[in-house]
Amino acid sequence: MDVKNYIIRQISVFSENKPGRLASIAKAFLEEKINILAFSIAEADGFGVVRALVNQPDKAFTKLTALGYNVAFTDVIAVKMKDQPGGLFEIADLLGDAGINMEYAYAYSGKEAAVLIIRVDHVDEAVSRILSKGGTLLEAKVFI
Amino acid sequence: MVIWDPQIEEMPKADIQKLQYRLLKTLVYRLYSFSPFYHERMKQANVHPDDITSLADVKKLPFMYKADLRDNYPDRLFTASRDDLVRYHVSSGTTGKPTVVGYTAHDLDNWTTSLARGLVSCGLGRSDVIQVSYGYGLFTGGLGLHYGAERIGATVLPTSVGNTERQIELMQDLHATAICCTPSYLLHMGEVAEKMGISIKNDTDLTTGILGAEPWTDVMRSRIQEWLGIRAYDIYGTSELSGPMFVECTEQKGFHVWSDLALVEVLDKDTGETLAPGERGELVITMLQKEALPMIRFRIGDVSVLDEEPCPCGRTHPRIRRIQGRVDDMLIIRGINVFPSQVEHTLMSIPEVGQHFQIVVDRRGALDDMLVRVEISKNAFSDKINDLMQIRSKVEHKLRNALNVGVNVELVEPGSLPRFEGKSKKVIDRRNL
Repeated sequence: MDVKNYIIRQISVFSENKPGRLASIAKAFLEEKINILAFSIAEADGFGVVRALVNQPDKAFTKLTALGYNVAFTDVIAVKMKDQPGGLFEIADLLGDAGINMEYAYAYSGKEAAVLIIRVDHVDEAVSRILSKGGTLLEAKVFI
Repeated sequence: MVIWDPQIEEMPKADIQKLQYRLLKTLVYRLYSFSPFYHERMKQANVHPDDITSLADVKKLPFMYKADLRDNYPDRLFTASRDDLVRYHVSSGTTGKPTVVGYTAHDLDNWTTSLARGLVSCGLGRSDVIQVSYGYGLFTGGLGLHYGAERIGATVLPTSVGNTERQIELMQDLHATAICCTPSYLLHMGEVAEKMGISIKNDTDLTTGILGAEPWTDVMRSRIQEWLGIRAYDIYGTSELSGPMFVECTEQKGFHVWSDLALVEVLDKDTGETLAPGERGELVITMLQKEALPMIRFRIGDVSVLDEEPCPCGRTHPRIRRIQGRVDDMLIIRGINVFPSQVEHTLMSIPEVGQHFQIVVDRRGALDDMLVRVEISKNAFSDKINDLMQIRSKVEHKLRNALNVGVNVELVEPGSLPRFEGKSKKVIDRRNL
């Protein structure tokens, strides 16, 4: 098993906290026909970070950079959850057992399953531990 | 009406001019002989002390600039020996390097005398308790007014800055009748007092405010006078002149500039031509008696009007009307001089942010509030909010250290700030002064 298969490149965009910024980013995705698979906004006083998993991350990066945005790739992992009561508990418990510390997390509930996307300190180690505890990770190729 | 030194303050204009000419002539000879800096500058301007044969000849002399003090840091412009120096004051400079000023005993005496005349001219005297709420220390405001107030026999309450609630308690308990501070700080005090259930107008003995070190207006004066039940007087000076020097008389129509100490010219700021009294222009000041750090034709950077009309108070010395602006882009934030170039200089040393910036000055309550917008640089962008907050704190910390004034920082998107469109876009001043 190669842990690299499970490391997903998330697009992170610095954005000022003002009306119209999200629309501007979303429009860029539309113009490039990029599909957004998961998405969150973290906000602080006056600014925010838009995080997204998209189907064509390189294209998204190029487009947003050309528009002047400050964009970075961040490695995250996506843990599959059961889309039913207790689904999050099962995974959170597993992560706790595995001693994995999350920087941040967000989730989406898709057609086939619910997914928890997390950023961790040591991504390689986290992948191995989650798999060894019996967790299921989505493969990166799903997002390209 | 009491006058501190009637012989000088009511001297006929013709005699004043004779005195000024004599002092100027002595000053120029002294500097030509003892100041390598000014000797060189006079040579370059092709002027010799012998060319000064009337007071009007002052305009043949070369200028001095704020930058000259910075370029000659710390004391290369001093013309007194260290044995003769009795004090230093230091103010923050334009590019991180401070400006140092020095005083002989005679310099301090003239400074104190100037303030003694001014404080008496606005009605203060022995029976007053004067609360000095300017900073004591390297800043000239606190110590300058302290000695000026002692000179006229008033009782000084040296509260310095900060701890506003305690200041108000002491004002009440020790029956302060006058306060020296920035106008915005006095407004702040008024608000804090009201929160404490104290009305400065009704519950204290305060009658007089000596307010300066930042630009203010007659509208603010009316508001302060009405709300706090006091008479508010403008005070003017900079560390290069000695410190706060000139105070308005009871007429409240500008401050008398003591002609035995200072010679004022008003120049057209574009052509450099001397303007007639009553015309608005750039103030150029020659300090006629300073020993340790002489200032000749100092381009102080302030814009105002010289008023030679006789003053009903009887003093014959001309008045400068309230300062009406700056020739450069200097900002005054809570009494501290801030140049946008200082901000730029500081930001250049922080790789996490670009060098482009925008300053937004506002008045929150009574106090000035300065916000600096900076662009987060590509390499420093982290998608962790904590990292970004740390960058912001670092920039705030560095700016506070460089400017001596607290600053809020806002991180903005790269490329979003205006570039090279002149200072009007770099600085947005919303204070409505």
